[in-house]
Amino acid sequence: MTAPVSIRNATKTFGDFTALDDVSLEIAAGEFIVLLGPSGCGKTTLLSLLGGFLSPTKGVIEIAGRDMGDVPPARRPTTTMFQDYALFPHMTLRDNVAFGLKMRNVAKRERQTKAEELLDMVGLKASAGKKPHELSGGQRQRVALARALAVEPDVLLLDEPLGALDLKLRRQMQDELKAIQKRVGTTFVHVTHDQEEAMAIADRIVVMNAGKIEDVGRPEDIYMRPRTLFSASFMGEVNFIPGTLEAAGNESISVKTVLGAVTLPNAALGDQALKPGQKITLAIRPEHFRASTGTGPRITLGKAKIEDGSFFGTHHRAHLSPLDYPNMVITAHMPQSAIIEPGAWIDLTIDPASVVILPGHPAATAQEDAA
Amino acid sequence: MISSRFSKLLSWSYLIALYGFIFLPVAVLVLFSFQDGRLPVPPFNGVTLKWYGEVFADSRLMSALGNSLMVAIGSSLVACVLGFCAAYGLARYVLPASRLQRGLLVAPMTVSYLIIALGLLSTFNWVGISLSLWTVGIGHVVINLPLCFAIIYASMGDHQKNIERAARDLGAAEWQVMTQVSAPMLMPSILAAFFLSVTFSWDEFIIAFLLSRFDVTLPVEIWSMLRSGLNPKTNAVGSVVFLVSVALLLILELIVFRRTAKK
Repeated sequence: MTAPVSIRNATKTFGDFTALDDVSLEIAAGEFIVLLGPSGCGKTTLLSLLGGFLSPTKGVIEIAGRDMGDVPPARRPTTTMFQDYALFPHMTLRDNVAFGLKMRNVAKRERQTKAEELLDMVGLKASAGKKPHELSGGQRQRVALARALAVEPDVLLLDEPLGALDLKLRRQMQDELKAIQKRVGTTFVHVTHDQEEAMAIADRIVVMNAGKIEDVGRPEDIYMRPRTLFSASFMGEVNFIPGTLEAAGNESISVKTVLGAVTLPNAALGDQALKPGQKITLAIRPEHFRASTGTGPRITLGKAKIEDGSFFGTHHRAHLSPLDYPNMVITAHMPQSAIIEPGAWIDLTIDPASVVILPGHPAATAQEDAA
Repeated sequence: MISSRFSKLLSWSYLIALYGFIFLPVAVLVLFSFQDGRLPVPPFNGVTLKWYGEVFADSRLMSALGNSLMVAIGSSLVACVLGFCAAYGLARYVLPASRLQRGLLVAPMTVSYLIIALGLLSTFNWVGISLSLWTVGIGHVVINLPLCFAIIYASMGDHQKNIERAARDLGAAEWQVMTQVSAPMLMPSILAAFFLSVTFSWDEFIIAFLLSRFDVTLPVEIWSMLRSGLNPKTNAVGSVVFLVSVALLLILELIVFRRTAKK
């Protein structure tokens, strides 16, 4: 069972506080959507609107083309997997998973068979007779998933389901979640503040901040072609180089930055509406710096001094201070085999195709985060 | 050395005095229920089970015992159901003046049983309800409801709230959430409330005395026996009452606290 979800101009206020500010989003049937953002960004509020635990102050939510305005959680084609799992402590795993079917008056034998099938899917068939307190965190999480899927919802809502697990188990459960989603085909809407988790599982990521959607797209697009400064910095480490747009042609774009003037391909523009004279920022990921010699297009942002470096296995991570703007700290990844000598001068070389031009200048704090 | 021995002696004597103070009256009661003689006072003449035989052969005492059990179990069931519903409502919904409502529900605990009995007596008179075991039962619900409410309300946390939300999300109607999720989840505290109120109702005297007429409960029957003077038979029936209370507390301990410890 699966269905599309349509959120149109949803706003939710709590007194003076606007938790969700005019948010619109179309989710296709069978999509794995991740709502990503820092705490307080409105992602959990949006999930609660979908589940029916909150109703929007303004706006419309449709699931499978049906307006959910007055539909209580019990009647919605959605189920939720809660952060603390919320398993029924007095019931066996089998009864936990069969609970939704029992509420739908499915005959006992049938619902128990179905519950055992689902427990089998999450690898807990042998524990069907156990109570939740006999399980580990990861196992409880699997039971919660099986219970939510047992009623064959059109849309499964996952409220930071992996938040309580340790890192290794979390990575393992991510893979399982994704595999199960592909298998059942249900639309998944998953809330998290962990961008690695988001990239690992999502078909599309929705980056949220301060009650608004900042960016929507495939993980690759959000990471490599973010549309806003917030989105670029939330998805991972990034260097912001402030500047001004000089001229925008069909082929190439001229930009003046604090590290000098550069010419970039037109595709670097994150927003085609940007006009010459506007304040812009170049976003460059640490891994996009290149050796100064080699094949392929190269541009340089002048010289920089290596301040320090540390070895991360797959790469060296170095802090650089540019000659033209010594107050700025640039983070760059250099090859495993590179020799990092603090005090040495190198060229800041990048592949122009990997640079993104974003509107606005970073706030002081955003720049520090990036450094 | 001497002072440490002295302090040890002192603490032991304190312990013995304390337990003696609490249990000596009961021990005397039970001891003289076995008195082979007509008076339950020293000297102790020897052991006999004659008085227990008389107690169990006394049809009035036995029917009073039956009445007591009926009133205790019935009123405790009602008090638990009402207490659970009130606790669920006040813990799960935003109600007007909920702090005041909670206060009002618990307030009868501070009122003496005598005042409650007098109030109920005049109310029943005014409404025209004649006194019976039913009115005694109503009186016991009045005194036990605050207790049941307080015990059950205290055990309703936010963690259970989320579990109830999950049940609703899976399609449970409100009554199904209450009967299939909340009540079973809170069963240890509901059972604790039940057994405690059974114990309180079982040996409650003033309300049972003032609100009953022809059929009476065991404490009232014992009281009328006492009017004809002390007698080892009254000791024997008193011991039975005591034994049942102890048994109830043991059940409470075994079923309820064992269960909570296991979780």
